Amino acid sequence: MAHYDSVLDTIGNTPLVDISELSPNPRVRVLIKLEGVNPGGSVKDRAAKCMIEEAEKNGSLAPGQRILESSSGNTAAGLAMIARVKGYPFTAVVPENVSVERTKLLRAFGAEIISSPAAEGSNGAMRRAQALAKEHPDWFFSYQYGNPANPKAHYEGTGPEIWRDCPEVTHFVTGLGTAGTIIGVGRFLKERNPSVSIWAVQPPAGETVEGLKSLEEGFIPPVFTDNDGYELVDRSRVVGPRDSIEWSRRLTEVGIFAGISTGAAMAGVAKCAKEIDEGTIVTVSPDGGWKYLSTDVWTGDLDDVTERARHELYF
Amino acid sequence: MTVEVRLPNILRPMAAGEPIVTAEGASLREVFDDLVRQYPALRSSLLTPDGEMHRHLNVFVNDDDVRYLGKLDAKVGDADTVTLMPAVAGG
Repeated sequence: MAHYDSVLDTIGNTPLVDISELSPNPRVRVLIKLEGVNPGGSVKDRAAKCMIEEAEKNGSLAPGQRILESSSGNTAAGLAMIARVKGYPFTAVVPENVSVERTKLLRAFGAEIISSPAAEGSNGAMRRAQALAKEHPDWFFSYQYGNPANPKAHYEGTGPEIWRDCPEVTHFVTGLGTAGTIIGVGRFLKERNPSVSIWAVQPPAGETVEGLKSLEEGFIPPVFTDNDGYELVDRSRVVGPRDSIEWSRRLTEVGIFAGISTGAAMAGVAKCAKEIDEGTIVTVSPDGGWKYLSTDVWTGDLDDVTERARHELYF
Repeated sequence: MTVEVRLPNILRPMAAGEPIVTAEGASLREVFDDLVRQYPALRSSLLTPDGEMHRHLNVFVNDDDVRYLGKLDAKVGDADTVTLMPAVAGG
């Protein structure tokens, strides 16, 4: 193709890169899908585009209507970019403890930002957005945690791309946020080859969510539970901020400058590679490192950076 | 088997304020039973009235989510760490 008609057409079809030199097991190949090359800077462009286009199709989003979403940054960035292109006003509820680059990026795309308390994390932002959606029934609340278009973007995009580029995949390892990626890709891969093992990687619930008053305030995304996530996923490992930061640094050895959630995914990949005899692991790099430069992830003292990461949202 | 159990902030008041406690058991069910024996106030946070795992409690043996390792039947070994975390979502 000589050129694209719109930047929105460049979403998806991201490169899959063999980084087996970082595999802790010589009999295990590791490939990583670089989602940071999407025009809004992250994998969330896929879900954002699919949520908006599905809403346009089914009539729940009409020209001029305001779009509302809660996000720790990437989904909001994707929505802000697409809303700008398509002419929709956009309001994002963003926890106040995300890196400064993320809110600046949203402002660059003309988004209205409403801050939610750091102590309440992503879940607090979501509750605030739910309340706003009730107050403004004329707005379109895309609700990434429960919108079927979120996993659909991965079932129809990310999953088929991985299968096309690497049908020998034996393990798919990915971070767990809204669960859109793991549900969409996981289901697609299992339909093609039921023996593909699906591993989730979770960040520890640290100080960022200590604002919870009880377990009842916890949250499991409907995208996960409505799609039988507990049956689809084979393993789930938690990885700490130190591991995630160390892996973010190691990725630069193969020329990959990616965000901390990619480091977390790689920490999960390393656990998987050590546990299996042989195989081919595919993982996803959700975004590039640009939005995290102010956090000194690559250059700061490891102990200091790790301590700060406990207070900052990075998934 | 003696395991170390790490509690999130919201559960510490039910365990005499301790961040880390110890419990005995060869399975998660036995560990939970021992925890409830020591700290009865923890029961409703660990288990439903039917004796299943609380929906919003994530439990890891070392770093492995027990929902994929047999839930309450997950095996625990000496010197393992059981970490309890509230279920939250990113995005």
